[in-house]
Amino acid sequence: MGTPYFDYHALAPVIVLAAVALLALVVDFVWKDGGRRAVPQIAGIGMLLALIPVFTLAADGETRVMFGGAFVVDNYALAFAGFFLIVGYVAVLLSYDYIDEGDYYRGEYYVLLLTSVLGMVVLASARDLITIFVAIETVTLPTFVLAGWRKHDIRSNEAAIKYFIIGVLSSAVMLYGMSLIFGLSNSTLLSEIGSVAGGDNPALFAVAIFLTLAGFAFKVSAVPFHFWAPDTYQGAPLPVTAFLSVASKAAGFVAMLSVVALGFFASPNSWQPVIWVLAAASIVVGNLAALRQTDVVRMLAYSSVAQGGFILVPLAVSGDNDAARAGFQGVLVYILIYAAMNMGAFACVIANARRTRSTEIQSFSGLGRSNPAMAVVFTVFLFSLAGIPPFAGWFAKFVMFRAVLDAGTTAAVVLGVLAAVFSVVAFFYYGTVIRRMWFHAAVDLGDTGSPRVPGALVAAMAITTTVVVVIGVYPQLFAKIGDLAFRAT
Amino acid sequence: MDWFDDWALTLAVFTPLVGMAIILLIPRAEEAAIKVVALLTSLVTLAIGVGILVDFDFGNTAKMQFQVDKEWIPVINARYHLGIDGISLPLLILTMVIVPLCIIYSLDHFPEPHNPKAFLALILLLEVGMIGTFVALDLVLFFIFFEVVLLPMFFMIGVWGGPNREYASIKFFLFTLFGSALMLVSFLALYFLSKRSTFDISTLASFEGAGITRGTQVLLFAGLFLGFAIKVPMFPFHTWLPDAHTEAPTVGSVLLAAVLLKLGTYGFIRIALPILPEGAQVWAPWIGLLSVVGIIYGALCCLAQRDMKRLIAFSSVAHMGFVMLGIATLTDFGVNAAVFGMVAHGLITGMLFFLAGSIQHRYHTREMSRLGGLLVSAPKMGWILGFCAMASLGLPGLAGFWGEFPAVLSAFEPSRLANGILGNTDSTLWTFRTFMVVAAIGTVLAAGYLLWMYQRVGMGTPKPEFEDAHIHDVHRPEWVAWTPLLLGIVVFGLFPNLIFSITNDAASSITRAFSG
Repeated sequence: MGTPYFDYHALAPVIVLAAVALLALVVDFVWKDGGRRAVPQIAGIGMLLALIPVFTLAADGETRVMFGGAFVVDNYALAFAGFFLIVGYVAVLLSYDYIDEGDYYRGEYYVLLLTSVLGMVVLASARDLITIFVAIETVTLPTFVLAGWRKHDIRSNEAAIKYFIIGVLSSAVMLYGMSLIFGLSNSTLLSEIGSVAGGDNPALFAVAIFLTLAGFAFKVSAVPFHFWAPDTYQGAPLPVTAFLSVASKAAGFVAMLSVVALGFFASPNSWQPVIWVLAAASIVVGNLAALRQTDVVRMLAYSSVAQGGFILVPLAVSGDNDAARAGFQGVLVYILIYAAMNMGAFACVIANARRTRSTEIQSFSGLGRSNPAMAVVFTVFLFSLAGIPPFAGWFAKFVMFRAVLDAGTTAAVVLGVLAAVFSVVAFFYYGTVIRRMWFHAAVDLGDTGSPRVPGALVAAMAITTTVVVVIGVYPQLFAKIGDLAFRAT
Repeated sequence: MDWFDDWALTLAVFTPLVGMAIILLIPRAEEAAIKVVALLTSLVTLAIGVGILVDFDFGNTAKMQFQVDKEWIPVINARYHLGIDGISLPLLILTMVIVPLCIIYSLDHFPEPHNPKAFLALILLLEVGMIGTFVALDLVLFFIFFEVVLLPMFFMIGVWGGPNREYASIKFFLFTLFGSALMLVSFLALYFLSKRSTFDISTLASFEGAGITRGTQVLLFAGLFLGFAIKVPMFPFHTWLPDAHTEAPTVGSVLLAAVLLKLGTYGFIRIALPILPEGAQVWAPWIGLLSVVGIIYGALCCLAQRDMKRLIAFSSVAHMGFVMLGIATLTDFGVNAAVFGMVAHGLITGMLFFLAGSIQHRYHTREMSRLGGLLVSAPKMGWILGFCAMASLGLPGLAGFWGEFPAVLSAFEPSRLANGILGNTDSTLWTFRTFMVVAAIGTVLAAGYLLWMYQRVGMGTPKPEFEDAHIHDVHRPEWVAWTPLLLGIVVFGLFPNLIFSITNDAASSITRAFSG
C-alpha cells in the first residue's frame, strides 16, 4: 500500500487541537503560577483556531477522502466539526470561573476537555467502524475523569464510577456488534457494509446492528439505556454536566447518524424498529420522569433524555418513502439547536448555583426581581426547549414533524402524535422553573454566594441566546447547513 | 403610495416590537418615559392602521391587498407572505384600536406588583403577535404569530393576576399549546399532501382541497379544529377561559376577550374552511352542535355565577358560540355574521371587562351579592354598565344585535353542501334549523343573565358595607379609554353596513367552494 496519503489541510483542525492540547499540558507543567491563568485561555483560543481550517475547508467545498475511505472531510463532517468546536468553546467559557474557584486542578481539566473535543472532530469525519470506535472512545474516556473532578465530593465520585462502568459496558457491547458486522461484511468501511447489507445472514446482521446501536444508545442516554444519566449529571461538576449533556451526547448521535445513513441504510428493517422504540421510550419516560424532579439539574437530565428522543424521531422514520433527506436533516438541525439551548440553560444554572449555592428548582424563586436580565435569558432557553416560537426550539420540532409527515407511514404518524402530545407535557416542567422565577417571591436560602455573574458566563449566555433568537426568527441559517450536509448523500 | 403598499403591514407588525425594545432600554425608574413610549408606539401603530384604511381598495375586498411576499426559509419553502382582505381588515383595526385604549386605561390602574416597564412591554409584544396573526398568509408564519401571543398573556396572568393566577396561567398555556401542536402537524400534512410543497394560504385555498381525499381532509380538519376551537374557545374546550379571565388583570381580560379569542375563529375562516372544504362539510354539523351547546351551556353557567367577571367570561363562551354557528353554516351570510359578531363581541365584552375591572378597583370585590346600587353611588358608570349589558344581550340598534341575529338567521339556510347530523345532506336543513331554534332560546337566556347581573350590580341601593364608602364615578382616563368603544357600539349598531360592506365580498370568496 505504500505511504498513506496525507491531506494536511483536511487534517488541520485535528492537528491544531492536538497541538493545543499538548501545549496546554506543557504550559501548565512548566509555568506553575501563570499557567493556571493561561491554560483556559489557551484552550479557548485553541478551539477557535481550529475553526479557521474548518471554514477554509468549507469555502473550498471539495470532498477529501483519506486512509482508504476511513476519514472523509465533506460538508457533513465540516458541519459537525465546526459545531463541536463552538460547543467546546462555550464549554470552556462555562468552566472558566467554576473550575478556578473550586480549587481543582486547572491545567489537566482543559487538556482533557480539548482531547474530548478532538475525538468529536475526528468522529465527524470517521467513515469506518474502527475509526468511529476510536473516536468515540477518545470522546468518552476524558469525560470519565472530568465527571469525578470534584474528588472530595462523594456524589462526584459516584457520578464518575457509574458513568465509567456503564460507559465501558456499552463500549464492549458496541464493539461486539461491530465485530459481528465485520465478520459478516468482511469490511469495516461503512460504504462497503452498506452494499453487502449482511449478505446471506440477515438475522445475524440485525443482531449486530442492534448491539451496535445499543452501544450508541448508552452514549446518548436513550431509554432504556439512560439510567446512569441523572446521577452522573447531578454529581459531576456543572460545566462537565453541560458538556456531557450536549457535546458527548451529540457525539453519540453523530456516530449513530453516520452508521445509519452511510452503513445500514439499505436494510431499514433491522435498524428502524430499534430506533423507533428508543425514540418513543425516551420521549415518554424522559418527559414523565422530568415532571417529578425538584432539582434543576436532574430535571434537565431527564429533559435531555426526552430531547434525545425527539432527536431520534426523524432518524426513526428516515427509512420510509424517500424521507431520508428530511430525516437526516431533521437530526442534524435538531442537534445544533438543542446544543445552543441546553448549553445556555446550563450557563444559567451555573450562574444561579454561584448565587445561591443550590441547584434546587426552589432556588430560582424570585430571580425575575433580583436579576431580571438573567431570568429573561433563562426563560428564553426554557421556552426554546419547550419549542415555543419565536425561539429556535420551534424549528427543531418543526423539522422533526416534517420528517414524520414526509415518511407518512402509520408507524411514523404514531411517533409524531406521541411527540406532539409529550412536547406539551414538557412545557409543564419547563414552566415550573419559569413560574418560580417570575411568579414567586424569593426564598431565603441562608448562606448565599456572590450575586455577580462572571464575564465568561455572560459571554456564554450571549452566544447561546443570540443563536436561539436569531435561528428562531430566521431558521434558514441552520436549515441551509442541514441542506448542504446531505446534498451529497 | 407604492411605498406604503409594500411596507404598511410589515410596519404595522413590527412597530410595537420596536417600541418594546425601546422600553426595555429605559431604566425601570423612569416610569413616565416608559408610559409615554408605550402609548406613542401604540398610537403610531394605530396611525399606520388609519393609513391602511385610507389606502384600502374597498371596491375589491375579496382580493388580498398590501401584499408582501418574500423569501424567508427557502429550505422548507416557507415565505414571509402578508396581506389583508375584507375579513382581516376589521379585526386588524379592532386590534390596533383596543391596544392604545388598554394602555391609556392602565396608566393609573397598574395592578400589583406594579412594574409598568414589564407590563407595557408585554402588551406591545402581544400586539405584535395579534396583528401578525391577522395579516400572515403563510401557515408557518401564522403559526409563529399565533404562538407568540401565548408568551405575554402567560406572564400577564401569572405575574399580575389574582390569587389563583399560577393555576390559571399554566392551564391557559397548556390548553393552547396542545391545540397548536396538533395544528402544526396538520399544517405540515397540508404541505406534503397538497403535492405542491407550499405553506402559502392563498395558494392552498385556491386548490379548494383538490388532491386531498375526503377521509384525509376530515382528519386534517380535526387537527386544525382542535387548534382553533381551543382558542375560541368552544365547548367542551372552554374550561381554561373562565379561570384565565377571572385571574387575569383587567387589561389582560380585555385583550383576551376582544382580540385573542378571535384568533381562533379567524383561523377557521382564513385557513380551515377554504383549504379543507370537504373536511368542513363533514364537520359542519358537529361544529354547529358544539356551538349551540356552548350557547346554552355558557348561558346556564352565567346564571350560576356569583363573581361578576366570571359571569362575563362565561358569556364570552355563549357569544363565541353564535360566531361559530355562523361559520358552521358555511354560507357567506354566516361568515359575514361571524366577522361582525367578532368585532361586536370585541367591543362589547371588552367594555364589560373594563367595567368589571373598574368596579373591582372601587369596591375591592366582584361578588355580585356584595355589590349593588352602582346607579346610586356612581351613576355614570351605572348607566354605561346598563348600556353595555343591553348591547351584549343583542338589543337592536346596538352592535351586539348584528352579530347575534344574522348568525341565528344564517342557520335557517345552511350551505346545501354541508352535512347534517346524520352524516348526509338530507338531514342538513332540519339539523341547522334545530340549531337555530336552540340558539334563539340562547338569546333569551342571554337577556336573562345580563339583566340579572345588571339588576344586582347596578340597581337597588348600596349595601351597608359600602354605604359610607366614597365610590368615584368614571375617571378621565376611563372616559378616554371607553368613549371610542361606546361610540363603536352605537355606530356599528346603527350602520351595520359599515362592516358588512367590507366583509361581504371576501366572505363570498371564502365560501365559494360551498355555494355549489
